[in-house]
Amino acid sequence: MTSDDVRGVPSGDVRAVVSDDVWAVAGDDVRAGASHDVAATMNGTRTRTGTIPSVGTVRRVDVLVVGAGPAGLAAAARLAAAGAGRVEVLERETRPGGVPRHCAHGGFGTWGRPLTGPRYARLLAEAAERAGATVRTGVSALDWGPEGPVLHTTGPRGPETIEARAVILATGARERPRAARLVPGTRPAGVWTTGELQQAVHLFGQHIGTRAVVVGAEDVSYAAVGAVRAAGAEVVALVTEHPRAQTSRSRAWSARVRGGVPLLTETTVAELLGRGRLSGVRVRHRDGRTAELSCDTVVFTGDFVPEHELARRGGLALDPGTRGPAVGGRLHTSRPGVLAAGNVLHAAERAGTAAREGALAAGAVLDFLAGTPWPDRGVPLTVEAPLRWITPNRLDPAARPARYVLRTTTPLTRPVLHVHQDGRLLHRERPTPGTALPHRPLTLTTRWHDRADPDGGPVRITTG
Amino acid sequence: MTVTADGPLPSTPYDVAIVGAGVVGCAIARALAHHPRLRVALVEAQDDVGQGTSKANTAILHTGFDAAPGTLEARLVREGHRLLGAYAAESGIPVERTGALLVAWDEEQLAALPRLAEKAGRNSRTDTRLLGPGELYAREPHLGPGALGALHVPGESIICPWTTTLAYATQAVRAGTDLHLGTDVREVERTPDGHRLTTSRGTLRTRYLVNAAGLHADTLDRRLGHEDFTVTPRRGQLLVYDTFARPLVRHILLPVPTALGKGVLVAPTVHGNVLLGPTAEDLPDKGATESTADGLALLREKGRRILPALLDEEVTAVYAGLRAATGDEDYRIAAHPGQAYVTVGGIRSTGLTASLAIAAHVTGLLAATGLDLGPARAPEPVTMPDLGRASPRPCQEPERVAADPEYGTLVCHCERVSRGEIRDALAATIPPRTLEGLRRRTRARAGRCQGFYCGAAVRELFERGTGRSAAGARHDER
Repeated sequence: MTSDDVRGVPSGDVRAVVSDDVWAVAGDDVRAGASHDVAATMNGTRTRTGTIPSVGTVRRVDVLVVGAGPAGLAAAARLAAAGAGRVEVLERETRPGGVPRHCAHGGFGTWGRPLTGPRYARLLAEAAERAGATVRTGVSALDWGPEGPVLHTTGPRGPETIEARAVILATGARERPRAARLVPGTRPAGVWTTGELQQAVHLFGQHIGTRAVVVGAEDVSYAAVGAVRAAGAEVVALVTEHPRAQTSRSRAWSARVRGGVPLLTETTVAELLGRGRLSGVRVRHRDGRTAELSCDTVVFTGDFVPEHELARRGGLALDPGTRGPAVGGRLHTSRPGVLAAGNVLHAAERAGTAAREGALAAGAVLDFLAGTPWPDRGVPLTVEAPLRWITPNRLDPAARPARYVLRTTTPLTRPVLHVHQDGRLLHRERPTPGTALPHRPLTLTTRWHDRADPDGGPVRITTG
Repeated sequence: MTVTADGPLPSTPYDVAIVGAGVVGCAIARALAHHPRLRVALVEAQDDVGQGTSKANTAILHTGFDAAPGTLEARLVREGHRLLGAYAAESGIPVERTGALLVAWDEEQLAALPRLAEKAGRNSRTDTRLLGPGELYAREPHLGPGALGALHVPGESIICPWTTTLAYATQAVRAGTDLHLGTDVREVERTPDGHRLTTSRGTLRTRYLVNAAGLHADTLDRRLGHEDFTVTPRRGQLLVYDTFARPLVRHILLPVPTALGKGVLVAPTVHGNVLLGPTAEDLPDKGATESTADGLALLREKGRRILPALLDEEVTAVYAGLRAATGDEDYRIAAHPGQAYVTVGGIRSTGLTASLAIAAHVTGLLAATGLDLGPARAPEPVTMPDLGRASPRPCQEPERVAADPEYGTLVCHCERVSRGEIRDALAATIPPRTLEGLRRRTRARAGRCQGFYCGAAVRELFERGTGRSAAGARHDER
């Protein structure tokens, strides 16, 4: 399949299509000279809000993947290998790989082949390129065309409009920073998220400080402890609002006993102190006691949210729970031609989950390109407190996902999930014999799917 | 062009030394730069211009419709509004003419609107108009329920306060003003031919002295023997909402002042955010720029009533500014001819708007005090980087990126800041000395991720470009 087969493009369109061979080179090496072959339209629209970028050149591809993290790269690899035509991945950072790029620790890959984050990122990128996908780094998708899978981008070669037959949004997730968490106090230097900290330490070798408080006690928080130590600094304490760490007991034990890092439970950061540079944090226990921890560094970890700017700009229906695009079982969004995969759907799952979803979305794209119609908006799946979200979150009768993934806001001991629709109880299930923890996946099977009415009301998931 | 931040100060005396490089001090320096024969020093305790009240305000270009008629402030705000509007257009300072709505939420506030319209008229603002609820909600469909009406003030606008201050200072420095940062004035002594300032960086001599020290103007004034006013810092905490919130509001939504005090405002910013605030807390500490849990809770409670959907969006910054309140209804600008000294005190939240008019007024006072200004020549105009969301970013301009691909290489993705813009800021006349300074000049790290994606890369560019550590010295901001 070549781009000449692209459907839905008006014939006699004056905008030129770049020939395939121009894009033979991957990554940053795509030559600026290529644009000379392209009819450039300099009719960029200036608007009050500046949301519509100037249109530079216009180009067509078959599938455009936004984001070269695990989900995007896995999707691109499958699509290219299956002969989906020109498959292009846009990555705004200078290197592909997404968040694993700066996770300089294990836990990636498979049981049989454990990998560090950077190694995993490299292998995924190589696999996508080997399969024939083009990975373009340093290119940002800024906004959408008026409809369908059309994106305005920019990069060192200038603004461009890329028309695709399908787009996969794989823009990932990020941690909420201090401001979004409304932590009061001064605005000193020395305040981080794990993502920034890991990049500073592992990608740039920057100095970070000497004494750090880590806010959170989930897996990513322990990764932050690792980054602090790799930078030669000391961890003063981990602080969590929850009654226990939200990681494996062995990991929590190891950090506390072997690493000597105290874990302050049921405790929040009430105030940041210090001018110029952080001098400490005031913490408050649930019982009202407060204390000041002396430190020059504080890392706000976890509290992931989808990086959903493009989804919102594209008018995609969002799920109120995940705040990412609402998707059905095969990851179709509400905008025809646009699918989503990875942590933009659920902040945040493991890299392997994101990669599997990328491959799943790729399969749906292949079917769509082969003529399978875009599914109707399915019945929404909603959750009730203490559950936080569920994904996928649209009932697609034609596409039963492997499983549903949920999150809880509070620890649940031996929880029972109930599935209701229009006052009917469709299903009950005990997802775990142990305790479901916040920030950890909780799964629900799809055994109830056939009992749900695709034309009925929302399907509600409760804990009883 | 001279900008210093350490080392000894020049030993030759200046004609005029301005203490305080806030928006007012920088505007005065720019006004004096029209007189090339004058040797002028702009002296600032902190490491950048506009680091005090000027950086943490509501960023509004006021019309002065609600000033106390007949006061100096009313006149200077009215003139300043016109002057700064024109200057912004010529210098690339982003301004949006949004207009303001004073929204009445109860009968008392509704009853106050005609009086405010009449007061606006006495301040030469005759274009205000009363709106009923129908027209109000048509103009602001996301307004919370229960608003009874509003007064529309068309001229109220929003502006970038950081670019304004920086534009003045840049123009002044390029025209020959010496900007001395990191220079805390500790003592002032009269000498036969002027003043000797003892500073954290040694002695500075000047014939004439201008006190534009903002929150510390009263302290400096006392050193010269004046007990005319006391600055009581009034803290204003503000929440800055993500750009997703920008479509929720079209005008500046002002509270109606009543006997129970002023409420909070909701205002768009030229950077595409939405501001909610400020609180008003009288404090003894001139350095108390921290936010508090109570303050943030209060703002959110008030914001929820004004614009309920705002609360669903993410906060990208929380800050607190201190206004230089004097308990007086007017500016405290006074010439002391016997001392070759001009005090520019009590400049409240209208100082940004009035800055150019204050500068012209102060120049006149200096001349009246005996300073020979010499011949006049307008300084070279400046063109500042346009940080306004209403204009396309450099990365979206094909010609610009074609000429220099660095403008197409984005570093800060949330705010679309390119490596080219960061490079330019680091090479500017008054380069940033901290990451915060870089943020105010470029918007780098000012977006919703607050550095999750770009923080380390921005820091790398900053440290490589300046040779300075961005770790943040352990020092008192004052």
